[in-house]
Amino acid sequence: MLLVLARRLANVIPTLFAVIALVFILFSVLPGSFISGMSEEGRTIDPAVMERMRKEMGLDDPLAERFAKYVAHTATGDLGTSFRTREPVTSLIGARVWPSLKLVFAAMAFAICVGVTLGFLAALKPGSLIDTVSMVTAISGLSLSQFWFGLMLMYLFALTLNWLPSFGYGDGGLRNLILPAVALGVGPMALLARTTRAAVLDVLNADFVRTARSKGMSEGLVVKWHVLRNALVLVITIVGLQFGSLMGQAVVVEKLFAWPGVGSLMVDSVFQRDMPAVQGCILMIVLFFLFINTLVDIAYVVIDPRIRYG
Amino acid sequence: MRWGSNTWVGGSLVGLALGVAIFAPWIALTDPVMDANLMNAELPPSWEFPFGTDAQGRDIFSRICYGARISLTVGIVSQICNSLIGVTLGLTAGYWGGWWDDLVSGLTNLMLAIPSLVFALAIMAILGPGLLSLVIALGLTSWSYSCRIARAQVLSLKSQGYVQAARILGYGDLRIMFTQVLPNILGPLIVIATLGMGGAILAEAALSFLGLGIRPPFPSWGSMLSEARDQIRAAPWLSVFPGLAIFFTVLGLNLLGDGLRDLLDPQSQTRRA
Repeated sequence: MLLVLARRLANVIPTLFAVIALVFILFSVLPGSFISGMSEEGRTIDPAVMERMRKEMGLDDPLAERFAKYVAHTATGDLGTSFRTREPVTSLIGARVWPSLKLVFAAMAFAICVGVTLGFLAALKPGSLIDTVSMVTAISGLSLSQFWFGLMLMYLFALTLNWLPSFGYGDGGLRNLILPAVALGVGPMALLARTTRAAVLDVLNADFVRTARSKGMSEGLVVKWHVLRNALVLVITIVGLQFGSLMGQAVVVEKLFAWPGVGSLMVDSVFQRDMPAVQGCILMIVLFFLFINTLVDIAYVVIDPRIRYG
Repeated sequence: MRWGSNTWVGGSLVGLALGVAIFAPWIALTDPVMDANLMNAELPPSWEFPFGTDAQGRDIFSRICYGARISLTVGIVSQICNSLIGVTLGLTAGYWGGWWDDLVSGLTNLMLAIPSLVFALAIMAILGPGLLSLVIALGLTSWSYSCRIARAQVLSLKSQGYVQAARILGYGDLRIMFTQVLPNILGPLIVIATLGMGGAILAEAALSFLGLGIRPPFPSWGSMLSEARDQIRAAPWLSVFPGLAIFFTVLGLNLLGDGLRDLLDPQSQTRRA
């Protein structure tokens, strides 16, 4: 187990460093800075003040020096100060992480419950009505744009039927969470339905399933003992990949539902050209992805003892 | 070779979208930007305006026809960029191996770790809104799948007889890669490009919806939804039709991709037991 962790970390750290470097390079060539953005808004700024602000924010230092500083600060958990609010980016993001996590977990829970069930039922009776319905649902789910689906959900359930609040975080309860979570979860749901179906069909044709059947094991037990566990490995891979990228995918849904997560912070910061905050959000999203993937690698070893790293 | 129903349905939907895009000036009833008429503002769908009109009295049907041009252009051009980058990197990495392979694999992992929408968002923030920035942002950010597939395929083809033969005949590396290997791995790459095109169209819509892609008044399906969002209560048809246009186009591309996969790549068939 420790070996798995060590191997993963050896992969994760260079990737993380590369992301930091990439983000820094991208944003150090950003043509419009926060300060010129302020004068664009119709106010003219005294050049002397502008000069002082540039100095204060360290925008005039040589690039290499800024990069070294940035890496050193990031490594100690200091993501800089927001150009806009003058708050530390870490606390700005810290306030957004919990709502983001809640949304991502809820979306994934929806995706797993509906997607795995649909895929499983479809695979047990290939060619049946339920198979057709599940697969049509799946391909439609993959083709929907999340925010449009969210908009339609909002119109139907919030504005027309008045069952649920149309946007916002509210008191952080379940009622506000349902619509954004379903809108975000529909893509992973569709993918999971397809993967589960393919994985279960694969396992159903395997030799050990035939053996189990021919020795007289009941179909229920075959499914429970052999099929589920073996199909799980592939399903978990997809769950992990989707889960990890979901915080990034949530950007548009969060914006649509005015959900106070990392994604909507990133969009707002992009518009305000608040570079430290944008950089921080990207790092947060990547960190989440790498973290979940590490967890998935560990889960493999737990589920399938044949998989060993080392 | 059996053309499944997926291929037919998907191909027809994509063909319809392409036709609408190409012949937009003849299909559209009015000019999508200039024909604003406040007398007709926010009319629900009718015989005169099949999809209704927006707050400026512009015909939604005509705007969707012209919007198809933008969505499909972004989808096709950005996928060509992605395929060129991915295939070139994947082919050379798999064929040459060594430090170049390590570098490309590292780069691919890096691209996979940053969700492409987030990456595209960052690039749009730097380049500013517009069609060209959209194509660049989407064309540079999702080549990792085609790169991985090209690399894996080259690795398995490298030791094949005809590749060895070409080497003995004195063909250069690049010539072998592009004339001997590439034609044999085109199938899966076409599938990836087709599916990726749907992804690019969805991403264009998302970026335009956020206000970073195509800006109003020019009609892209995403920018139309962005304008429609505030009026969802009073005029829901403003949101319904552009969304359906996106849905059916992407559905067509996905079905076509699935169908082509069964056709071109029998090993990874969507299994029918």
